[in-house]
Amino acid sequence: MAIKAMNVNPKQFDKTQIKFYLILVPMAIFMLLPVVYIFSQAFKPLDELFMFPPRFLVQKPTFENFTRLFRAASGTGVPMARYLFNSIWITVLTIFSTIIITTATGYALSKKEFRLKKFMFKVNQTALMFVAVAVAIPRYLIVDGLGMTDSAWVHFIPYLAMPVGLFLVKQFIDQVPDELIEAAKIDGANDRHILFKIIIPLIKPALATVAILTFQFIWNSTESSNIYIITETKKTFAFYLTTLSSQAAVSIAGAGMAAAAGLIMFIPNLVIFIVMQSNVMDTMSHSGIK
Amino acid sequence: MAKVDLSKMSTEERELHYLKLASLRSKRNEKISTALLVTPYILLFTTFIVVPIIVAWGLSLTHFDLIQAPKLTEPFGMFNYVMLITQDENFLKYVIPNTIKFAIIVGPGGYILSFVMAWMLSQIQAGPRKIISLALYTPSMVGGVFISVVWRTVFSGDVDGYLNAILLNSGMIDEAIQFLQSPDYLLNIMIFVSLWSSMGIGFLAMLAGLLNVDKTLYEAALVDGIKNRFQEIIYITIPQMKPQMLFGAVMAIVGAFNAGYIGVALSGANPTPQYSGQLIINHIDDFGFIRYEMGYAAAISVILLFVIAGFSTVAYALFGEKE
Repeated sequence: MAIKAMNVNPKQFDKTQIKFYLILVPMAIFMLLPVVYIFSQAFKPLDELFMFPPRFLVQKPTFENFTRLFRAASGTGVPMARYLFNSIWITVLTIFSTIIITTATGYALSKKEFRLKKFMFKVNQTALMFVAVAVAIPRYLIVDGLGMTDSAWVHFIPYLAMPVGLFLVKQFIDQVPDELIEAAKIDGANDRHILFKIIIPLIKPALATVAILTFQFIWNSTESSNIYIITETKKTFAFYLTTLSSQAAVSIAGAGMAAAAGLIMFIPNLVIFIVMQSNVMDTMSHSGIK
Repeated sequence: MAKVDLSKMSTEERELHYLKLASLRSKRNEKISTALLVTPYILLFTTFIVVPIIVAWGLSLTHFDLIQAPKLTEPFGMFNYVMLITQDENFLKYVIPNTIKFAIIVGPGGYILSFVMAWMLSQIQAGPRKIISLALYTPSMVGGVFISVVWRTVFSGDVDGYLNAILLNSGMIDEAIQFLQSPDYLLNIMIFVSLWSSMGIGFLAMLAGLLNVDKTLYEAALVDGIKNRFQEIIYITIPQMKPQMLFGAVMAIVGAFNAGYIGVALSGANPTPQYSGQLIINHIDDFGFIRYEMGYAAAISVILLFVIAGFSTVAYALFGEKE
């Protein structure tokens, strides 16, 4: 049977696309069902949470669960705002530092000549498959040995070296023409100028991608609060909501509160990703491992 | 450099000498500058990625309970490994088979699912593609709180469990099933939930790769006698986007092994009920952070790192460029 050539990125709709929609649309709906569910659950009043058989969609939406969540404080009386504040500054600082560190290193790996350059890139590429949880124990011992246990630094120092981030940034800097950098050098620019005035503005899509990946990791992470931090006031929002929802989820009344917590964690991820989606796709076209 | 007497030089010689000095200085500055660029990353990378791996290996040869100093085990530090493969019944009977089943279905399975979805998405218009790919990507960014809240309610054994309510109402079962506490279901539910959230960054990379394949290649292939879609994928599409395929594969492997916490999150216990959802990661946590047998936990970590490296080697053999 003869076929037509694969029509990549078609400009117009034709009926050969129908079969794809028939699979993709139900799949997309299925993937989003839990998201719809958590929205609905978070806005359900108590009597609807207790209803049997449970109903999927909320009938009379209310903010009750959110107000109860905000009024609840941890066992030691630390207010929720404190955890939220911790998470915000940790996330901002981590994203900012990761971007500076990976861009500087990516620039050197892409445009500089030095010994061990190839080796360093290979090692980093191997580290793409690094699964941090596998070595949680030695990491804990190292953090402890460095005297960082219970210090605010442990929330981000151990996570700043991000092999995927460096990999994506380096691949993207490879696209910046060498002539541009040579010309800047002749004009007397040093590496700091080149980095901030040329490289960073040109690789914004890659940086947006690194920012998103870092955000998703740090914002959702409970590891540092769980393992390294003892003082309650230094713990993060994700940690607080996890503890709260694991206690709350046991009771039906708590289920609404837990859903509200899950929703609060999820919304920033979604918004940031939607805003930066095209940047991410742009970066991904240079993501290949050769 | 040998000492030079500037007064004995001609003007030209002197100029040349100064130029040489300047170039030497700029080369040295260049070296310092490059070193400054890479040092922070190298330091952090070494401290939190390289050293932990080495320490894990070192600890795996010892008895260590956090209180007394690590003590080398007999014979030749291999005690923990010997115990692991001969005495740890749970490890052999549950953890290893569970991990293999979970990793193979979620890793390669999730990867193939991502590829097929991306392949279909690349053949529809840009507008709907953006929306559908966002929908498919969303589960990969929801985070732990979300996963435990949603899926615990869906599979809950109480009357408020959705699946139980549906099955009870339709008369397919007579009494509620304890999905999350039952050895018959837990592992499969973990696989299902992990597949649901498996279309992450690797999926986006493959989609971008598919969109970048040169269209004329497909037309040329038709002339050359490609007969069906399958041949087209094997001979044109995949070879053209090998680098993205490899990136996607590595991300799929990492994702599968990172998803290990899910059994504990769903069942609310480590070890999971009757070890039914116990993966290597949970076994490490169990021995390391619950029983404080750090040396033994480290030995399990080392095994895990080898398993991950093994999977990655296969991915590189399939899609890596031969040098």
